[in-house]
This record gives sequence, structure tokens and C-alpha cells, in this order.
Amino acid sequence: MVLPMLNPTTSFCGTEQPSHLPEAIRQKIFDHPCYSEQAHHFFARMHVAVAPACNIQCHYCNRKYNCANESRPGVVAELLTPEQAVKKVLVVAAAIPEMTIVGIAGPGDPLANPQRTFSTLRQVAEQAPDLKFCLSTNGLALPRYVDEIVRHNIGHVTITINCLDPVIGAHIYPWIFWQHKRIRRQEAAAILIEQQQRGLEMLVERGILVKVNSVLIPGINDKHLKVVAQVVKAKGAFLHNIIPLIAQPEHGTYYGLTRHREPTAQELATVQADCAVDMTMMRHCRQCRADAVGRLGEDRGAEFSLEQLENKEVDYAAAMLRRQAVQQALAKQLINRQCNSEVKLQFIPVKKKPLAGSPSTRSIRMAVASKGNGLINEHFGHAKAFLIYEASSQGVCFIDRRQTELYCEGSDICGDKEVVLENIIQLLADCEVVLCARIGFEPWRALEAAGLFPNNEHALEPIEVAVKAVYQERLNASQPAQFTTGCKIA
Amino acid sequence: MAFAIVEVCINCWACELVCPNNAIVEAKPHFFIAAEQCTECAGDYAEPQCVGICPIEGAIVDEYQKPLNPLGSLIPIPLKQRRETLTVP
Ligand code: SF4
Ligand code: SF4
Repeated sequence: MVLPMLNPTTSFCGTEQPSHLPEAIRQKIFDHPCYSEQAHHFFARMHVAVAPACNIQCHYCNRKYNCANESRPGVVAELLTPEQAVKKVLVVAAAIPEMTIVGIAGPGDPLANPQRTFSTLRQVAEQAPDLKFCLSTNGLALPRYVDEIVRHNIGHVTITINCLDPVIGAHIYPWIFWQHKRIRRQEAAAILIEQQQRGLEMLVERGILVKVNSVLIPGINDKHLKVVAQVVKAKGAFLHNIIPLIAQPEHGTYYGLTRHREPTAQELATVQADCAVDMTMMRHCRQCRADAVGRLGEDRGAEFSLEQLENKEVDYAAAMLRRQAVQQALAKQLINRQCNSEVKLQFIPVKKKPLAGSPSTRSIRMAVASKGNGLINEHFGHAKAFLIYEASSQGVCFIDRRQTELYCEGSDICGDKEVVLENIIQLLADCEVVLCARIGFEPWRALEAAGLFPNNEHALEPIEVAVKAVYQERLNASQPAQFTTGCKIA
Repeated sequence: MAFAIVEVCINCWACELVCPNNAIVEAKPHFFIAAEQCTECAGDYAEPQCVGICPIEGAIVDEYQKPLNPLGSLIPIPLKQRRETLTVP
């Protein structure tokens, strides 16, 4: 057993960090908000949009990327030159000391824009040596750039792998640009799949952490993703993340325009659970924008637009000292959370065997309103999303994060409140409890009527502790009934 | 003998990166092919490179204004659905 330490570069006793991960990997993801289930409450990352060109077409993507209203991968507000990107990184890192990761993910493919991508990373590394890098790619050009990735000290790479079968791929990728030719459909998919798999193997061999993202496309790859999960895990990917297809006609994508069905929250959770059997899953991924800034889901990009960057000067040496202090304090908090017996994810002991004829101990899902830091600290009406947790006799488990419209109180500009509330209730249909810091009288009544019990008694408490406590309260509440109907065990 | 870029171009830089003759330049409102430098890739590649990588149907045209990636050639969306929702020709 490794002893808890304060320095994040050494070991820590994570309970939620899967214990099968080698120590070297656990160190690398300790403070990575996208990879560590708890770190995302504390540390932040930013993506810079320096890579406009792409070398493939996916049916879920629309290459017109200049819309600031959308919030999905691939969509960015401003394309930056490497120099502008470096400036932005320095300004953001000075303003948000908990920012630890700089990523390049789009709007095109970073490796289809090698000069811009690597020049940005080189300059940031020179001027802000305390930042770490990651990269997201479709994988087509990956084998060719593995050496370059190693040379630029990129610790994490995400590859989007949607299938291993070109017949399925033909329904996802209409074309790729490969060796100076446009290649289409099945032939294109076969090449792409081969390059992705080779790239994955090469990166793992060189000791780089590889995460695999798969887009769940109902009717296309939903049945196939389990195989994908098994294969990429066997090849050494340390995380597999399944994200839902986003396909609205107004996005102008192929799937959007052909009205392809998006998966429901339950479908997604089922496939994620199916694949988690074989794979360490990253369940808390938010579909952050490619130029998102700040903690996951807490997008501060608008504060750092090009215009605002123009006349900002940064004393990075001073900023680095500040960053160090803040990060050390955060690391301490994070380690405390992971090591403190009160707070860590615990197995809830099964007190007694289920009584004959009584239902076995059930699991309960709860929706949590949180602003971050792993606490129940958000007003129901201000929650932009709910975190879904499941408590069972096995312990407390994070399921996913569901985006919502704001149920904003006391204002006319928030649209039809009843409709919004109705939508929230539907979104949380599989939950039994809603945990929040505060909640108004009206929504309280409506939630209760829908069988979704609001609870603000655990305001400002750590989420897992509260979920666990409420779980036991609810089990206890239903126990007396069991005693009267079941046959008594002496 | 030269191609041209028209207004549906989304300024994605892809063509600029693959042109063997540096004929493509960033410009406002959209990218631009310097006609005197464009060889249509003759002698370099079997396929004109910009046409091969451009993701937008109709963005690159030949000397007769004919789209080199005509509607429906890159994203196989039935025409009916395009008309319903697309704002770009
Ligand atoms: S046809 Fe070839 S030479 Fe002409 S602009 Fe396109 S890539 Fe460049
Ligand atoms: S590849 Fe097409 S869309 Fe992109 S910049 Fe060139 S002409 Fe415009």
C-alpha cells in the first residue's frame, strides 16, 4: 500500500483511480481534469484552436466552425495563430492558476496542421514550462507524427476510434485525404482504421498515455463498441470514453440533416456500463468545446477573447509562483479527499442478507447540482447540468453529467418555466433524489409530485458523502415495511 | 489553366497546406488561388490537391466556373433534406 503524500508527482492513495493502473500512469493523470474523476473538480484545462484543416470527413461533423453559440466538439469561436495561442495560454494560466493542461483538439485535426500545432506547443513549453500538453486526433496521420509527439513532450493523446470494421466505418466516414488522393467510403475507412490502430500501438510502445474516444451512433456502432473497448484496452489504451452522438438538423451535419437519432441518456449509460466491464471508463467527460477554457463544463472562453488579449501583459515568472502555491493547496485538498476515510468512495457494507421474499437491496440514482470542488453547492434553479450518481450496495459511482436548460427563478427572460421544469424532470427520470444547495418552493413541489425527491439538507457537503448518507436514509426508510412482510430471521 | 475559390469557402486552410505550388493564399473574405501559379497540379499529382482535400462542395471551381466537387459529391445528403435546412448553397 502506498502512503498518501502531498506532492502530486509522487504516489497517492486514490480509491477512484483504478488500482490496476500502473503507478507511472496514475502520476500522469493525478491532476488531469479530463482523466481523473476527482481532479476535474479541482484542476482546469484549456484548449487552443490553432488547427483549422482536417484530413477526413465524419458524418457527425460540420466543417463550418465559426458559430459561438454551439457547444460541441469541433466548434470554436476564434481561430488563433500559434503566436496568439501562446499569448492566450499565458494570460489564462496567469488568471486561472489551477489550469494545468493545454490541449489542441480542433476545429480540424492537430496532425493535419503539424506546423501550427507543434510550433504552438514548442513556444508554450519555452515560456510556460509548468504546463502539460495533450492532443486529440482522428488518428489518420498519427503513425507519421509519433516521433514528433514524443519530442514535444506530449503526455496524453486522445484518438477518436468509432469502429474497427470498414463496413461500419463506411457509414461514418464519407472520405479521407490520403497520400495525395481523396479516398472514399469503405476503402477510406479501412485505411483510417489501420492508421488509428498502428498509431495507438506506437504511442503505447513509447510510453504515452492514450485515451480512446468513441462516438455512440445508434444503429451504426452501438453493438460494435464493446469489441472496440476490448481491443483498445488490450492494446494498452488506459481510458475509453463513450460520448453520445449530437445530431441536430441546425448543425448541418450529415447525421443532423438525415435526422439520425441521438442516443438517449439511458442508452448511453447502458453502453458505457457494458464497455466498463472491460475498460476503465471516463464517465464524467463533458462535451466541452474545442476552445473551452476553465474547469470542465465551466466554460470561461468568453473572458479571454482575442480582443481582450491584445493589450494584456503577463509577467509569467510571477504568475508561475502563484500557480505553484495554488496548485499545491489544491493537490493537498485532492489527496485529502482521496485518502480521508470519510470522503473517499467507500463500499457500503451490506448489513444483512435480504429477507426471503423481499426485494434485494436496490440501487438508487441521484441527481446532484454542483458548481465544482466536489461539493453540493449549486442552487437547483442555477444548475446548468446535473451530475448523476448511483449508490448501491457496491458503493457510490459517478454515472454521467446531463446538460439542462436553466430553470431560472423569478425572471421572465428565462422562457417558459414550466416547460423547462418538465424537461428537467424527464432528463432525470431514472433518478430518485435531487441533491442541491437550495431550491425554490415551486420546483420542490413539482419534483416531489414527479417522484423525484428534492433534498437540500446536504448543502456544501462533499457529493459522495451525501449520496451515501441519503442512500442509507432511503434504504432505512423502506426497511420497516420489509420487516413486517418478510419472515423474520432469528 | 487555373482553378479558383469562391465564396462558400470556409477558410479552413486545408488546401493551402497541400498545394505543391504555393498557389493558395489566405485572403478576405476567403482563400484565393493565384492563377499564374496554379498548374492544376499537372506534373506533380494525378489529382489536383486542393480539390482532393477541400471539405466544402462547390468551393473550388474550374476556369468555366464549374464546381470541381459538385453538390452531393462529398456528403451524400439527399437533396430534399438539404433544401429544408441548409442555408449554404
Ligand atoms: S490545383 Fe494544385 S496547383 Fe492549383 S491551387 Fe490547387 S493544389 Fe495548388
Ligand atoms: S479547402 Fe476549401 S473550404 Fe478550405 S480554405 Fe480551401 S477552398 Fe476554402
